[in-house]
Amino acid sequence: MKIYVPMDSAAKALGADDVAGVLAAEAQKRGLEVEIIRNGTRGMIWLEPLVEIEKDGVRQAYGPIAPTDVGALLDGRVDTHGSVEDIPFFARQTRLTFARCGLTDPLSIADYEAHGGLEGLKRAIAMSQDAIIDEVKLSGLRGRGGAGFPTGIKWDTVRLAHAPQKYIVCNADEGDSGTFADRMIMEGDPFTLIEGMTIAGIGCGATKGYIYIRSEYPDAIAVMSRAVEIARAAGVLGVDILGSGKAFDMEVRTGAGAYVCGEETSLLNSLEGKRGVVRAKPPLPALEGFLGRPTVVNNVISLATVPVIFAKGAEHYASFGLGRSKGTMPIQIAGNVKFGGLFETAFGMPLGELVNTVAGGTATGRPVKAVQVGGPLGAYLHPDQFDTPFGYEEFDGQKALIGHAGIVVFDDSADMLSMARFAMEFCAVESCGKCTPCRIGAVRGVETIDRIAEGDTGAIELLTDLCEVMTDGSLCALGGFTPFPVMSALRHFPEDFAPQKEAAE
Amino acid sequence: MRTRMPAQSDLTPPDVTDIEAVIRPFLALEGPLLPMLHALQEAYGYVPESAYAPLCAALNITRAELKGVLSFYHDFRTRPSGKHVLKICRAEACQAMGATAMADRLLKKLGLEWHGTTANGAVTVEPVYCLGLCACAPAAMVDGKVIGRVGDARLDTVLAEVGA
Repeated sequence: MKIYVPMDSAAKALGADDVAGVLAAEAQKRGLEVEIIRNGTRGMIWLEPLVEIEKDGVRQAYGPIAPTDVGALLDGRVDTHGSVEDIPFFARQTRLTFARCGLTDPLSIADYEAHGGLEGLKRAIAMSQDAIIDEVKLSGLRGRGGAGFPTGIKWDTVRLAHAPQKYIVCNADEGDSGTFADRMIMEGDPFTLIEGMTIAGIGCGATKGYIYIRSEYPDAIAVMSRAVEIARAAGVLGVDILGSGKAFDMEVRTGAGAYVCGEETSLLNSLEGKRGVVRAKPPLPALEGFLGRPTVVNNVISLATVPVIFAKGAEHYASFGLGRSKGTMPIQIAGNVKFGGLFETAFGMPLGELVNTVAGGTATGRPVKAVQVGGPLGAYLHPDQFDTPFGYEEFDGQKALIGHAGIVVFDDSADMLSMARFAMEFCAVESCGKCTPCRIGAVRGVETIDRIAEGDTGAIELLTDLCEVMTDGSLCALGGFTPFPVMSALRHFPEDFAPQKEAAE
Repeated sequence: MRTRMPAQSDLTPPDVTDIEAVIRPFLALEGPLLPMLHALQEAYGYVPESAYAPLCAALNITRAELKGVLSFYHDFRTRPSGKHVLKICRAEACQAMGATAMADRLLKKLGLEWHGTTANGAVTVEPVYCLGLCACAPAAMVDGKVIGRVGDARLDTVLAEVGA
């Protein structure tokens, strides 16, 4: 009998390690022959720890399981959800990037191959660099970190650059609140990221890669580091990838707690051992990146999606989606929701359907007041905007962004003036200090919002003006996008900015 | 779980030979400074001042450059923390589940501000902006161990475990 107990941090945070420990002890006590596999999460966090028991090749899901439930579970006295694939939240997803996550043993390369792993790399090895880049362009894949820049064009710029050394840098500095897709795939299917980076290396003529993981993710760092060693031992990395004569290798690096290092030029400075200060562009990192050499900087999900594009073909991938938002997006549903987790689906689902149907509304059972999409630099959307389809251009049209596709739901107890203040405060704490609109503007923003809170309605105009300066004058998205949450809160929830304290008295 | 060094008054600064042994394995890396600082902090619980000269010499950087890097990143300490570090997420998804009020209650109970250490040196409380546990908020982390859906009762248990 095989029993799957996730080792994903979210599952661990809800007691999965204890469950695995009690299971092993209880099975031994009963003389049961049990193989416990620590898989990734299937992404339904409200069911974690989600234990799956495999009998005669069929997996049945149980959860959430507490350590005290283990006895009853082994007795067969716990009701099953049936198979994971039949749980409605899971059944309506289109899993391309996350197809293997939670299904396999994350650190078994044999299991990886048995579930379609390395097919993409094998195909890419037989292709010319031109053909590899064309395949990525044809897939329509855009940067999943938030900016949405076409991945194939970025790769092509690096491919065409002349330099003695080029690099593939994976941005795993997933600092946006409400996002955890990078963490989940690194912990649940790390080889897919390694495979994607290797294909990028071959396509661009880069032989060295770095994965820059934030220090707040100790479990992801451990799994990823181990996976790189295993891949190297298996010949997936090294001087002769799968016997092709082509070389590519990589290292895992740890960030040091600076949100701004998720910005690509700041990340490169950090990787070089400098302060994580933003660089002016141009020069583009694709031409002068890590150590001044041509560098692809891609988000984890962009790179982890590359293998399925090569395994199933660019046209297959591009057949999903909406308009210029092609393929699927792993949407992360978080905050005050009944059903939180990762929901991978083709672009185009209306926001309201995600919030009210997929997420099941709020955990507290109160009405939804606002939804922040795209992390701390993303706009707050009002339920009036719930018919907006999930896509880059569609959100842009609402003065919002999808960013890294985290959605954080708030109930009616949220005070939007406080949320706007927090956005400015966060920007002030995390500003790298290079440009004035961000460094000074964020501090003045906090002060100005405090004035509004004290009843100075004249300060609203000042805040609006300040936000305009930050938008137009900041060097990167930190200062440039902080106005998104601030101004959207002001625009959609003006009552929270009115001097209501006086009126109430 | 990382064990941390006792309070600074009990410490003699690590000597240069020990420091050099910690940073040597990273000399051949491209961009070795952050890995070195992490290794020093892993070994000593903070980056001791006695490491500044060896680091500057090894990397051919000035003391100002080194201090610039040390002060830029939230992770690096120039003094020891408490024996344990409790990080509480302050980001939006956790706020949506009541993290702000919970953190306020915790700090008040301990009589601390953010980054403060209890008088007995047992625990330092720090803010963190997202642990990626946004679907099981509020989230916290004790010395690298993650906790989801943390509430007042669970925090009390954690504080008892770390001897705060």
